[in-house]
Amino acid sequence: MSQVPTSWFLMLGAALFALGVAGFLFRRNIITVFMSIELMLNAVNLSFIAFAYQLKQVDGHLFAFFTMVVAAAEAAVGLAIILTVYRNRATLNIDDVDSMKN
Amino acid sequence: MDLILFLIFAAIALVCAVNVVVQTHPISSAVSLIGVMGSLAILYLLLGAEFIAAAQVIVYAGAVMVLFVFTIMLLNAGRESPRGQSFMVQLLGTPVLLGLLLVLAVLARHMVPPEATVSFGAFRGGTAQAVGKALFTTYLLPFEATSILILIAIIGAVVLARKEVD
Amino acid sequence: MQLWLIPLVPLAGFAINGLFGRRFSKSLVNLFAIGSVLLSFAWVLKTVYGLGDLPTAHVEHYFTWIRSGSLDIGCDFAIDRLTAVMLLVVTGIGSLIHIYAIGYMAHEGGYYRFFAYLNLFMFFMLTLVLAANYAVLFVGWEGVGLCSYLLIGFYFDKRSATNAGNKAFIVNRIGDFGFSLAMFLIFVNFHSLDFARVFGQAPGASVGTLTTIGLLLMVGACGKSAQLPLYVWLPDAMAGPTPVSALIHAATMVTAGVYMTARSWVIYTHAPVAMHTIAIVGIATAFFAATIGLAQNDIKKVFAYSTVSQLGYMFVGIGSGAFSAGIYHLVTHAFFKALLFLGAGSVIHALSGEQDMSKMGGLRKKIPWTFWTMACAAVAIAGVPPFAGYYSKDAILVAAYQQAPWIYWLGVATAGMTAFYVFRAMFLTFFGEYRGGGHPHESPPVMLVPLGVLALLSLGGGFAFRVPDFLRGVFHAGGSVEDPTLMLISVAAGLLGIALAALMYWLKPGMADAFAGRVSGLYKLVYNKYFVDEIYDAAVVRPLVGGSRALLWKLMDTAVIDGMVNGVGAWAREVGGVLERIQSGNIRSYATWVGLGAVMLIVAMGLAGGLIR
Repeated sequence: MSQVPTSWFLMLGAALFALGVAGFLFRRNIITVFMSIELMLNAVNLSFIAFAYQLKQVDGHLFAFFTMVVAAAEAAVGLAIILTVYRNRATLNIDDVDSMKN
Repeated sequence: MDLILFLIFAAIALVCAVNVVVQTHPISSAVSLIGVMGSLAILYLLLGAEFIAAAQVIVYAGAVMVLFVFTIMLLNAGRESPRGQSFMVQLLGTPVLLGLLLVLAVLARHMVPPEATVSFGAFRGGTAQAVGKALFTTYLLPFEATSILILIAIIGAVVLARKEVD
Repeated sequence: MQLWLIPLVPLAGFAINGLFGRRFSKSLVNLFAIGSVLLSFAWVLKTVYGLGDLPTAHVEHYFTWIRSGSLDIGCDFAIDRLTAVMLLVVTGIGSLIHIYAIGYMAHEGGYYRFFAYLNLFMFFMLTLVLAANYAVLFVGWEGVGLCSYLLIGFYFDKRSATNAGNKAFIVNRIGDFGFSLAMFLIFVNFHSLDFARVFGQAPGASVGTLTTIGLLLMVGACGKSAQLPLYVWLPDAMAGPTPVSALIHAATMVTAGVYMTARSWVIYTHAPVAMHTIAIVGIATAFFAATIGLAQNDIKKVFAYSTVSQLGYMFVGIGSGAFSAGIYHLVTHAFFKALLFLGAGSVIHALSGEQDMSKMGGLRKKIPWTFWTMACAAVAIAGVPPFAGYYSKDAILVAAYQQAPWIYWLGVATAGMTAFYVFRAMFLTFFGEYRGGGHPHESPPVMLVPLGVLALLSLGGGFAFRVPDFLRGVFHAGGSVEDPTLMLISVAAGLLGIALAALMYWLKPGMADAFAGRVSGLYKLVYNKYFVDEIYDAAVVRPLVGGSRALLWKLMDTAVIDGMVNGVGAWAREVGGVLERIQSGNIRSYATWVGLGAVMLIVAMGLAGGLIR
């Protein structure tokens, strides 16, 4: 059989998403955490495109497009914040950014 | 043919994703992430999303990840030091993760009918023309809104990353 | 007939004097206060004159006060011959006492306040009497209780006065509780509180229901009219100014209970057990109070216990089915008791405040007017024919004999004691040598003229106002029975009492003390009013206060309610303290929680959407 079941794409997306969550939860470097977020967003994009194929509509592509745009903006601002945090606290360890405690 | 392509690039994506999470040095994670994005672009092509695939490579892999690499360079980020975990993360993290995986997998199986398949070329509605048309008619408002969002993000990034002038 | 004018004019007097009286001169206060009562009296006269035969009451409906479900209470006034009698007594005696008070209160502070309260009292009493349903009657009932409290505690800087006011109000409340229960029962059974409707349906109701209602009404009457066991407030109420004692605690307010039971005669004639209970309570009270009156030294206290005793007589009349006899005695008692009190006030005024009879004596030469008018009252109350008290008292006693002879004999004994203690008071005060240290002077005319009027009424009121005949159409009860033998016996008892008093206190002064010395135990018991107040204090008041303090205050209020309220706050803080630990500041733990929440949400949505089975 040379055809891929659609559900496999979705499962791949799920796996990538789970890996993104794992990276987010278990890594301490801020930049790595950010990259995990980007991974999650990509997984979601994959799901959108898969469903667009399933439903034979282009709207899924549009959603993925907007997700990418927002992710780009978010990356820009987020990295700027990381720069500021690094400048102020000289650390890239996410556990050290805990002044919201209590 | 589609199946083989899928399997190859899905495997690459998975391996690179694992690498993103596992590597200690951020630059290695960044490069692995580029790999993930690339393979995802191929998969998008398989699904008939030509425009999105191109956008993925140009915007995501080409701009966002470069931004990441530049930041890592700027911060001179080194290897991550092994230190203790938070208690809550240790306790709940793994179960949450596994639970999430399980739920998503189950959902994924049930969301689409089991006989649905993907074949390259079956969906021709993902052309730039189609996307553009939808973008400027149905999704005009989000389009304009995201333009402003990008503008704000630019300004925000510039303001935040500025050096203090004293 | 514009009945509303009768109570409303005194109310206007209260409003004017109450609001502006502080700035008025005494004469202006007098103008509004006395004027309003006299106007009311004049209107009553006009109304009664035009009353005619009146087979049924004339009702005037003013506005609907309460309408809720099947409860429809209107502000209704009604007048029939019974109301007419009461109106005449209240406004007539009220006017005389108002005039008297001008002289008595001339040197007291708070002049305008006194008259304002007095006018307010007149308003409530007239409302009570004119009421056409139990609810409006209850308004008047409570209102006169309020005014009694205000006026007893008039000298509010005296502890004894304010305590007495509290006591009067609280003991009355117990009676009011009974009255309220009676009203509830009446409404439940007859679906109305209107006199006409209730009494129309009453003959058809069950005897048990009517008996219960009758007994509960009696409880209310016991409170207001100072019968056993709720009489204890009346002697203490003497702490108020004497005109107050005369008006409220002799002539009008305390008779409200008698009026109310007389008005409810339809209920009582169909509930013989309740009616007989009233007679028993009445005679017990009469006898009991008379014994206490034998040994008191304060002149006002003697008359206070006398009032309690005479009210008992009225209830005996009601309880024996001789309703008009009871009302008759109400009228004559108003005459001579008001006179006795006003006279006592005149004596006290003459002696600049002395009330203890052991410090009086030989005053008949010094204040002759007071003496002669009080003497008229004394012979009236002793039941000497042909004066007022004789007619009414004998009507009651004869009716009592028909019911139960033992009540008659106790009544005769009480009559003897009544004559005895009243004349004891007279002899101690007016005869013998003056034992005090003051300078007795006669009262001003403004006080003496009312005394004179009341004296005439006490002497002639009995045969001039044939109340039972007047009320024949109201009560539909049997006519009065004449029995010369019984009447002779009671008159003899009265004369015997007078003679004994004359012997012990005039002719042989030392005899009383010697006698008291020989029965010293009994004397002490009677002198201390059988320690009833002390018993009540120990048995009722102290446990109640102590129980409230320990149980209701410390336990319920502090521990339970405050505990609950504060506990909620403390518990919220506890929970907050626990939840606070989620806020660790650690971003990854936050993310973990988010993840957990997301998983649960997805599961929930999946279940709801039927995707996960």
